[in-house]
Amino acid sequence: MGKTLFDKVWDKHVVDTVENGPQILYIDKHLIHEVTSPQAFNELKERGILVARPDKIVATADHNTPTVNQHLPVKDALSRNQLEQLEKNCKENNITLYGLGHKYNGIVHVMAPELGITQPGMTMVCGDSHTSTHGAFGTIAFGIGTSQVAQVFASQCLLLQKPKSLRVNVNGKLKKGVLPKDVILYIISKLGTNSGTGYFCEYAGNVFEEMSMEGRMTVCNMSIEMGARGGMIAPDQTTFDYVEGREFAPKGKDFEAKVAYWKTLKSDEDAVFDQEYSFDAEDIEPMVTYGTNPGMGIKVTEAIPETDDESFEKSLQYMNFKKGETLIGKPINYVFIGSCTNSRIEDFKVAANFIKGKQKASNVNAWLVPGSQQVAKQIKEEGLQEVFEAAGFELRQPGCSACLAMNDDKIPEGEYCVSTSNRNFEGRQGQGARTILASPLMAAATAVEGKIIDITKHLN
Amino acid sequence: MEKFEKLVDTAIPLPVENIDTDQIIPARFLKATDKKGFGDNVFRDWRFHKDGTADSDFVLNNPKYKGSVLIAGDNFGCGSSREHAAWALAGYGFKVVVSSFFADIFKGNALNNGILPIQVSPEYLKQLLEEVKQNPSSELTIDLENQTVTSTVGEVEFEINPYKKLCLLNGYDDIDFLISKKDKIEAYEALV
Repeated sequence: MGKTLFDKVWDKHVVDTVENGPQILYIDKHLIHEVTSPQAFNELKERGILVARPDKIVATADHNTPTVNQHLPVKDALSRNQLEQLEKNCKENNITLYGLGHKYNGIVHVMAPELGITQPGMTMVCGDSHTSTHGAFGTIAFGIGTSQVAQVFASQCLLLQKPKSLRVNVNGKLKKGVLPKDVILYIISKLGTNSGTGYFCEYAGNVFEEMSMEGRMTVCNMSIEMGARGGMIAPDQTTFDYVEGREFAPKGKDFEAKVAYWKTLKSDEDAVFDQEYSFDAEDIEPMVTYGTNPGMGIKVTEAIPETDDESFEKSLQYMNFKKGETLIGKPINYVFIGSCTNSRIEDFKVAANFIKGKQKASNVNAWLVPGSQQVAKQIKEEGLQEVFEAAGFELRQPGCSACLAMNDDKIPEGEYCVSTSNRNFEGRQGQGARTILASPLMAAATAVEGKIIDITKHLN
Repeated sequence: MEKFEKLVDTAIPLPVENIDTDQIIPARFLKATDKKGFGDNVFRDWRFHKDGTADSDFVLNNPKYKGSVLIAGDNFGCGSSREHAAWALAGYGFKVVVSSFFADIFKGNALNNGILPIQVSPEYLKQLLEEVKQNPSSELTIDLENQTVTSTVGEVEFEINPYKKLCLLNGYDDIDFLISKKDKIEAYEALV
């Protein structure tokens, strides 16, 4: 029986197998940030253990950072302390840190790929569930808890049970106005939020093959929202072209040798998956969520389903929506374009293309938060900033921002926010805030119209 | 980590599905740099109104229900990888969570903090939730050694990874184990 892409990368990283137990998996890159690392550093310190491989760790500050006035001291004392702890821990342990204000600073899952830290065939972990993003490169990448962060610090390895394999195929031609975000929201709406639990997912089919790396990252990013620890796409020329020339990518002959190896990283024809699903690209339309988990998604033209279930009703009550109603025409006062799902240059280009020559509706607060300093720089250099400013959008500084609202970027109680982020959980964007997940195009259109529209009718 | 001993206790029913880690501990409480105090804010936005007063409708505020066992709806612990969720549950005093399904990362985090996640069938969960709701003094016996849950609605077996079971029973954690494999890890590094 042939091997899957996942098998190939996994098997190459197995250090040892515990009898009747887990395997020891070697980790090539460990990304850390200020929120889930301090307790792991403390753990090591208390036990007198040194960080095993500091050169394989890269740190950034992103979750708990302000998105305005980053040159000034952070106002919130607890947040400031957390950032100072990260700085101190990195210094004491010789770990590279791209802190606030550094030219490489950004959301961990935006900055690592754009710097060429993320490469095909690697194993990567981070104390953040959206680490699945890096799977877009044919990398085994997944989120871990803080105990596991400490384990990787101590040994550069993790004890893991090999997950089951799942493949999601999407073939055909995507309709106009359907973005990678719609593809993944559609898949999750069909499969549910726990369909992937216990599995590692591979996305296959011409739809993913034709996607840019940014689009693939959006898809893999949300693998965790269907419960899968990670999602992967086989590396191809698009991947190699993206990686080539980036700051920490291999150069010259090294790069060529790597590409030769990376080309072998695809599932064999006769590989068998534990579970497989297939969808037609033609069936996908621009999506919105109406509930409090990412599986509660519908095509923007569809009505909210009439499901009789206590948890479903609790969810609709929180959102103040009714069964059977449409979201089209719902007034929206907040729009957020950002997060590790959709804060790359391509996302802002999509938004700018729609916004150009139009004005933001007066009722809307529209926040644009680039994923990294590099993206912020591109926004400026490529003339997008003028488009956003002329239309009345607020371009802020990089960070996780209103995706999880740890900093001051919170949506007020009871307000709806059309958001390009990944989670519409109760209170996720602020206490009592109501999140509607959508693509950057849907978000931009909502900001312009001040309400949810059927975007398919507004495209030339 | 503390050893997990046989447990006999009452339980708290929380029949909500897809309880995500943002509900268990909202992000605004993740600013601490140690593991202490998270129990005070477990299920914060369900336990308290925005003005800080307790919501008497929420089960943790109902004096009838006490105990170190939480019984929750399907797909418990989905969402963020924040281990703060496990620290918050442990800090509040929970030692066991029973559900018909657990999210992956949460499950691992729970086990790494001495909390036992027990997966039971949806039918058993339904009966158990009903029983505990009606009879708050109804006790459950959790026997990790024999992998059984016993209640007035019957005894069922549950599964656990043998290695993780050993860790819980003995209070071991993965760091000790991984460090003991240093030679193998270095041999691997020399090869690649």
